[in-house]
Amino acid sequence: MGAALSRLGRTGSFLWSAWSGLAALALLAAAWQAGHEAYGEFILPAPLDTLAAGFAILSDPKAWEVALLTGTRAVEGFAVSALAGAALGLAAGYSPATLRLARPLVTVLLGVPPIAWIVLAMIWFGSTDGTVILTILVSAGPLVFVGVAEGVMTRDRGLDDMARAFGAGPIRRLTTLGLRHVAAHLFPALVVALGMGFKVAVMAELLANVGGIGGELARSRANLDVAGALAWVTIAVAALIVVEYGIVHPVRSEFERWRAAARPWGVKR
Amino acid sequence: MSALALSRIGHAYFGRTVLDHIDLAVAPGEIVALVGPSGCGKSTLVHIAAGIVEPLRGTVATRYRRHAMVFQEPRLLPWANARDNIAYPLRLSGAPRHERRARAEAAAARAAFDAVDLDKYPVELSGGMRQRVAIARALAVEPDFVFFDEPFTALDAALKRRMQDLVIEAAEGAHFGALFVTHDLMEAARIAHRIVVLELSGNGIAGERALPGRPGEREDAEVFATVQAFLRADPLFRHIHDVDERRVA
Repeated sequence: MGAALSRLGRTGSFLWSAWSGLAALALLAAAWQAGHEAYGEFILPAPLDTLAAGFAILSDPKAWEVALLTGTRAVEGFAVSALAGAALGLAAGYSPATLRLARPLVTVLLGVPPIAWIVLAMIWFGSTDGTVILTILVSAGPLVFVGVAEGVMTRDRGLDDMARAFGAGPIRRLTTLGLRHVAAHLFPALVVALGMGFKVAVMAELLANVGGIGGELARSRANLDVAGALAWVTIAVAALIVVEYGIVHPVRSEFERWRAAARPWGVKR
Repeated sequence: MSALALSRIGHAYFGRTVLDHIDLAVAPGEIVALVGPSGCGKSTLVHIAAGIVEPLRGTVATRYRRHAMVFQEPRLLPWANARDNIAYPLRLSGAPRHERRARAEAAAARAAFDAVDLDKYPVELSGGMRQRVAIARALAVEPDFVFFDEPFTALDAALKRRMQDLVIEAAEGAHFGALFVTHDLMEAARIAHRIVVLELSGNGIAGERALPGRPGEREDAEVFATVQAFLRADPLFRHIHDVDERRVA
């Protein structure tokens, strides 16, 4: 009963915090409207017109397929980079020699601009999903890798000793302490990686001409349809917001309940 | 037949020997206080005895069923509430959830930890309450031997006394033996049956003194007189308050 009540309370406060998010979005819309009034309809269509164009696009079932295509690619790429980054990060965190070897490679991977990877991936995979997913993997994977490796390295060795004193072997220490600690570092990295996944997916689609939101953007550009382009951008951002606030944030707050407990009242998150 | 027997223990960190030629035996149900000046390797020795550190030389023979440990810091999982922290070793040994819950609550009661605070996280607890949780965590596994590594050093005098009484009572009730590391002779003289003094540089045991009476039945004046006698007249305790910070590992 108490647990159910406290869960209800947490869900309520999470939903309530959406007001501040809406306020931020409303501020952005206000600045956008000011830009529209200063530069005119062609350069920057009004936010309400863009929204209307977005709804017009979404009333067509084909548009949902397009958005779903991009969303699937972005989430696939994100899942692959999250899994690969987390597994390699764990290995590197527990093995300092591997980390020393991996650090420069991460710098190299992150130093190459995603656009260069898109060109290479197009040569290797042609105009397929593989191009998009590989590009997401090389641009978002290292972020997750670094987050997880840092997490493992900053673990509290005192807790490890405590678990050892109570008879925990290496596997039990990993599952009950290591992974739990890493989760705190993993989630911020996942949020960034997810955003990166959507951005890179749209960019790769635009350049590799494989349809999706990126393909629609390319068409809007060809037709000089600014309202259409902005509408598609809005749809891509909306998809990202839905995934981030619908999945990543609730899971994270479940893991971070003890942090909220340190701040009994006042503004949280 | 001893519950714990250390023989010819030696250990070195990066080639620097911190412990050597240590022989120590603890009888079942006996509480041995291990004292010595700061940095003489007491902590390393108790870590070796508890199986956290692998000794370079020598052997650790144990005849107890199950041990537990209380550290200088509480060492609680920050993401788990007090109940789950107390139940953590039970989770490690694979006890079912409802049994863990019941045993954790029983252990909390024995450590005089208020049941209403069991749902709180360590960040919400005071220092003394956190150490109570750490003691309850050790009691939860129903050990017959407990390692204490300067557990009450960070607590204020009144709280320290209450915690010592708690340990004396728990040891009396559960009949566990203990190796209690401390640098506080008063604490050693209150809690232990026997005081073992480690040599200044960790090279063997300098000596030991049996304490009169039983823990928990000694009057304060008696404890105080014992400690004063040790410090004034007994050459064994001459270096007990020497401090060499460079050697603190």
